[in-house]
This record gives sequence, structure tokens and C-alpha cells, in this order.
Amino acid sequence: MFSFILRRLAIAVPTLLILVVLSFILMYAAPGGPFNSERPLPAQVLANIEAKYGLDQPFWKQIVNYVWNVVVHFDFGPSFQYEDRSVNDVIAQGFPVTLTYGFWSFLLAVVVGVGLGAAAAIKQNSWLDYLAVGISIGAQVLPNFVMAPILLLIFTLWLGWLPGGGWNGGQWEYLVMPVIALSTSYMASIARITRSSMLEVLNSNFIRTAKAKGLPMRRVIFKHALKPTMLPVISYLGPAFVGMITGSVIIDIFFSTGGIGVFFVNSAFNRDYSVIMGITILVGALTILFNLVVDILYAWIDPKIRY
Amino acid sequence: MPAYSSDAERLIEVSHLAEVQGRSLWADARSRFVRNKAAMAGAFILIVIAFFALFGQLIAQYERDMIDFTLIGANMQKGVPSIETGHYFGTDSSGRDLFARVVQGTQISLMVGIVGALVAVIVGTLYGAVAGYAGGRTDDVMMRLVDVLMSIPFMFVLILMLVIFGRSIFMLFLGIGLISWLDMARIARGQTLSIKNKEFVEVAHATGVAPFKIIMRHIVPNLLGIVIVYATLLVPQMIIFESFISFLGLGVQEPNTSLGALISQGASNMAYGVLWQLFFPLGFFVLTIFGFFFVGDGLRDALDPKDR
Repeated sequence: MFSFILRRLAIAVPTLLILVVLSFILMYAAPGGPFNSERPLPAQVLANIEAKYGLDQPFWKQIVNYVWNVVVHFDFGPSFQYEDRSVNDVIAQGFPVTLTYGFWSFLLAVVVGVGLGAAAAIKQNSWLDYLAVGISIGAQVLPNFVMAPILLLIFTLWLGWLPGGGWNGGQWEYLVMPVIALSTSYMASIARITRSSMLEVLNSNFIRTAKAKGLPMRRVIFKHALKPTMLPVISYLGPAFVGMITGSVIIDIFFSTGGIGVFFVNSAFNRDYSVIMGITILVGALTILFNLVVDILYAWIDPKIRY
Repeated sequence: MPAYSSDAERLIEVSHLAEVQGRSLWADARSRFVRNKAAMAGAFILIVIAFFALFGQLIAQYERDMIDFTLIGANMQKGVPSIETGHYFGTDSSGRDLFARVVQGTQISLMVGIVGALVAVIVGTLYGAVAGYAGGRTDDVMMRLVDVLMSIPFMFVLILMLVIFGRSIFMLFLGIGLISWLDMARIARGQTLSIKNKEFVEVAHATGVAPFKIIMRHIVPNLLGIVIVYATLLVPQMIIFESFISFLGLGVQEPNTSLGALISQGASNMAYGVLWQLFFPLGFFVLTIFGFFFVGDGLRDALDPKDR
């Protein structure tokens, strides 16, 4: 197991480095520096600013500095647009918010998705099955940016039950709509994957044996069927994570929750490269880390994988 | 899954089989597809939407970027969808005809989906087939690269690119092209692995056909079924992808528009009661996605030998 984790790490670390270097090269290749504005600065001022941010140094020195600071000091440097805050400040401010509703969304998607899918498979061709299949087909076409306006329209404008946006320290009223909007389409996918996987498992020989030796259905499902059912679900968790962390940008913009998405999009409009890069690298690192955990989990559950 | 209504029908079917000298894979698939109601409904929806996108501009009474200044601020009274004024879908908050704009939005969304799928089919299939056929270390390196690219949250990188190189449709297409082929490469590789040990490939190899020719002549045609299925399922994903970026305002730029941008505008104005601004683009978006999913699922049932 230990060597398996080591081997996975040996892939994860270079991936992360590639991401850092790639985004730095992209930024370096950008036509026009971050301080070129519509009203051109005097040459001396521009040179001073560039010297302050280290932009006057040769390319290799800049990139080594950047990578060194990010990897060793976890320091993403200053924001190019706002002198009073660094990229780390932005992350420290926005990231806890994103993490909070992201965590709940992920939990909701997995728990409800697996529950719905498993129930549908166990009671195949019952009303529950049709309901679950119907929901999962319907929710395919409801990505977060479609769900968000619909929820807001119904629960805020028509019913007036929930506040239309804001965060307020993460009180539950402010959490409900972001969490539902973010998780719906992933919940549907997880339900669909669980259902078909569970059906396949329930038709396999070892389940027939378990039933034949007289185990109660509850025991058959929890003891024998659930673990193999989860394998395809687990391998979907990686893409779902990427999708949700991407979707959080929409949530932050639409519900003004104040997560990193707001800073990301604002920086995109302001051409604040260092913030965009910092967030991209952070999100990339999280994704790679998450995939690592998923891989280890998968290897741990699947008896067919030898490590 | 053929559902025979009675034994008589089955007999007819069998007798047909006896006189006709076997059906090809494609004829078989077509008949299965036609019997699938959801898939046919999806196909019908897609045809209607395609007609709307292609010829809608001819029906529209207004240019899509013509601003009617008398309507600004009076949207609730004068911008309501109606046949008489010629604004079939009403107007947006700048007094532009929403019908013409939805037509253009649908055009762009369809185009994005189709370009993404085409890139996926061409690049992804070839890449996957080459990796699978070559095997060994080449395969390892090529697929590891795909793994690495897939584990990067691509939307963020694309937005970074859009910021650096400017927001344009070309960059958007480039970004979508860069990401769309990854899944397809994996699928094509998996299929190639199972095909490459078949006798006909061995024979080709033994008679001295060059590897690349084997891939093009013998492997790729046998991948086509699966490739078509996944290309169809990829189209809605690409449309969602583009709409996502346009929703944020980073994609297609004014005066052009796309369904994502229109949904975003409609959503930001819905508090003023001008709900048609949200519902028309949203409806077309949802219908398009539904259509592609249904057709894709139908094609999978029809072409994927596993499900027979």
C-alpha cells in the first residue's frame, strides 16, 4: 500500500509542477504587461513598478522565484491590481466560504445520489425506480447556472422563503440555494451510476449465493452488494469534484456568497494575473490531491487492484 | 431492446430474416433507433431547433443588434412577447428583439457543440487508436499525458487563457477543442485494445501493411460506432461548457450573444418581472441539451453491442 501511494505521489507532484509552470508561461506570454492601461504610464514609473514586482528580471529567474515561493513558502505573491492585498489574503478570505458550501454540496450529492440510485435498483421497476430515473434524466439538463436562477425565482421572488444572496457567516438560510444549485446535476449523475452499478452487482453470482444461503435482504445489500457497487461511483468522484469546484464560480457570482469565484472572475475582468494564477494553481492542487485520495480509496476497496 | 408485441410479429421478423441475407450493423442499429421513442423525440426536437437556428433570422422582424430606444425602461409594458409588435419573444432590457437574439444564441451554442465534437472525433479517435495500437511505453506516456490534462480543472485554465489572449470566439473554440478530445481518446484506446488482437488485424500485419495504414483502414472504421455515440453525448457537454463561460460574461462578447449570455441577462433582470427574458433562452437551452442526450442515449442503445 505504501509503495502504491508513493507511486501515485510520483505522478501527482510533477502534474502540479506542470500546472504551475504552464500557467506562469501563459502569463509571461501575455501581450502587454499587467500595468499597461489605457492611459500609458511614464516609462520611469512603469519601470519602477515592474522592478517592485520583479518583472524586470530575466524569465528563468522570475519563474524559479515564483515556483519557489509557491511550493516552499505557499506564497502566491502580491495582487497586481490592489496594492493593499496579496493573493494569499484573497484566498484566506474567499476559500473558507467556498469550502463550506462545497463540502455540503458534495455530501448532499453523494449521500442522496447513492441512496436514490441504490433504492431505485433494489426496487427495480417500482414507482421509486421511475421517480429516480426521471429525476436523474431531468437533472442532466439542469447545470448550476440553470438551477441558480430557477431556485432564486421560486424561493426568493415568488415564495419569499429564502434570502436571494449573501453569506452572513454561513447561516443555513444562505446555504440552501447555493448547495442545491451546485449539487443537483452531480446528484443525478451519481444516482444514475449507482443504479446501473447496483443492478449489475445484484445480478451477479455471489449475490445469488448470499441470497441462497438465506441471508436477509438487508444484510445482502449492506454486507455484500454495497462495496462493489461503490467502485464506479468512486471513480466518478474525481470529475464531480472538478465540476463542483468549477461551478462554485457561478454560485459565488450569482448568490454573492463571497467565495474565491468572485475574486476569480473580477480578476479576470481586471487582468489581475497573479490572483487568477494563484487561484488556478490552488484549485489544481486541490483537484490533484483529491484524485490522489480517490485513487487510494479505490485501490483499497477494489480487491482486484494489487499494489 | 426490441419488444415484440406478439408471437406473430416475431414469426414475421424471423421469416424476413430468412429471406433477406442478414442485416448490416447499421441497418440493425437504424431499426433499433427508430423504435426508441425517446430517441426519436430527441431527434425531432433537434431538427426543429436546427431549423430555428438556420432559418429563424428570416422570420425575425428586427435585426438582432437594433436597439429600439422607445422600449428602454418600458420593457414591462411595450416589450412583452406578442405577434402584433413583431417581437415574438419580447425584447431585452436594451430594447433589442429577443427572438433574433435567441436565434443567434442557438446558432452559436450548436456551433460550439459541433466543433467540440468534431475535434474530439478527429483528434481523440486518432490519438486513442495510435496509443492503443502502439501499446507498451508509447501507450503509457500518451495516456499518462491524458491523465495529467484531465486532472487539471480546465475551466480555470481556459479563463486564464481568455484573459491573457483576449476574449474572442476563436479562443473559446480553441479552448473547447483543447479539452474535448480527452475523454474520446480514452474510449478509443480502450476499444482499440480489444480490436487489435482480432484476426483481421493480425492478417493485415502479417501481410506487411504499415502500422499507420492498419490504424486508418482497419481500426478506426471499427471504432466509428462507439465514437459516434460519444460524440453525440459530448455535444451537450460542450454546449454547457460554453454557456458556463458566457454566463460569467467571459465568453461570446456583445453585440454577439449565446444562450449562456442570454440566460445570464434574463436572470439578472428577473426581479423586474420580465420573465420572458429568462424563459425563452432557458427553454431553448434545456431543449437542445435534452435532444442531444436522448439521441445520444438512443444511439448508444442502438450501436453498443454490449447492450443487446
